[in-house]
Amino acid sequence: MDNLAWIFISSLLINNFVLAYFLGLCPFLGVSNSLETSLRLGLATIFVLLITAICAWVLNTYVLIYAPYLRLISFIVVIASTVQFIEMLIKKISPTLFRAMGIFLPLITTNCAILGLAIFATNRGYGLVEGIVFALGAGIGFTLALLLLAGLREESELSDIPKLIQGIAMNLIIAGILSMAFMGFAGLFSAT
Amino acid sequence: MARNEHEAYETFIKGIWRDNPVFVQVLGMCPMLAVTNSAINAVAMGGATLFVLVGSSFLVASFKQWIPKQVRISGFIIIIATFVTVADYTLLALVPKVHKELGAFIPLIVANCMILGRQEAFASRNTVRLAVMDALGTSGGFMVALFSLGAIREILGNGSLFGVDLFGEHFEPWVIMILPPGGFLTLGLILLFFNWVTQQKDKFIEQVAEAERVASDG
Repeated sequence: MDNLAWIFISSLLINNFVLAYFLGLCPFLGVSNSLETSLRLGLATIFVLLITAICAWVLNTYVLIYAPYLRLISFIVVIASTVQFIEMLIKKISPTLFRAMGIFLPLITTNCAILGLAIFATNRGYGLVEGIVFALGAGIGFTLALLLLAGLREESELSDIPKLIQGIAMNLIIAGILSMAFMGFAGLFSAT
Repeated sequence: MARNEHEAYETFIKGIWRDNPVFVQVLGMCPMLAVTNSAINAVAMGGATLFVLVGSSFLVASFKQWIPKQVRISGFIIIIATFVTVADYTLLALVPKVHKELGAFIPLIVANCMILGRQEAFASRNTVRLAVMDALGTSGGFMVALFSLGAIREILGNGSLFGVDLFGEHFEPWVIMILPPGGFLTLGLILLFFNWVTQQKDKFIEQVAEAERVASDG
């Protein structure tokens, strides 16, 4: 139980996927212009990460012990098609849910955070439960970072910023400062 | 033939400088920031990306007639993933130490949007020769960006370049530069510099135009 809590907190704060591992930067910098879109993208990402963790576990346990060199290709193909299938399922069952996060689902599939999660979970030898907890922590961490950046960007719309700094350069510097703040969490568990 | 040569050369140069994938198009950020805490890692990553991009551009351009349009993206991804697997195992065999440091970021080359972008935008529509030139140019530009970021971060954060000490023992390393925030800050500042250069250039062109207008009026 202790181990699971550790995995969760670690992937949520200390080793935040965006701010410490630089995974999923494209949506982080691209879509973070409003809080509402960011929240939806975050929810969709948590969802895809959970599916990924389950897929990766199934593949690792039943298929890839026979052919480890196929890991990368099979991860990509299986994750992409599972997400596509579930997207269709949601569209059929709950149109409201689909409208909330549907458009983002296919975009997220090729995001490096998704593949990164699968590879990290494999390298660390996580089981099914550990993998799911890891995915949950990583997804919530991603959403948290996204919301923080989006909030700061919404505020900055109202202030008078020199034209030179506006755009991606400013976002990167904000992200750098956020990342510095998150480094403060590094001491959280080190005592034990 | 001369025109052909010229076109190939143009394609190559465009990737390195004017359309630099990182500084101008801001693609391929994830591996870019994650592995540039030392110059040697940056070069290894650049080499792996070069191999994957050139290999897959060559294959995609050669087989473009046989890849059905509807499944082309999945086709490209499978081709890219194959080359990445080759690169992964080659690095593991040749330089296990670097492979260990790059860790999960070698397989993550697959998710680099720059590579898929070149296949979709260029390699699937051009001749094999041009596609290879384009791949060389783009990955050259990527390598330049990786190396400059890696060198800056290693020099400031560790006082060394390629592991060789530069400043002697009295240098106090600026540790934040090799930690994650340093990556964001350095890239942000480099982009700021690029913005500034573009702005100065536009201003200069405007001034010249203004001067010409005044001269013709007078």
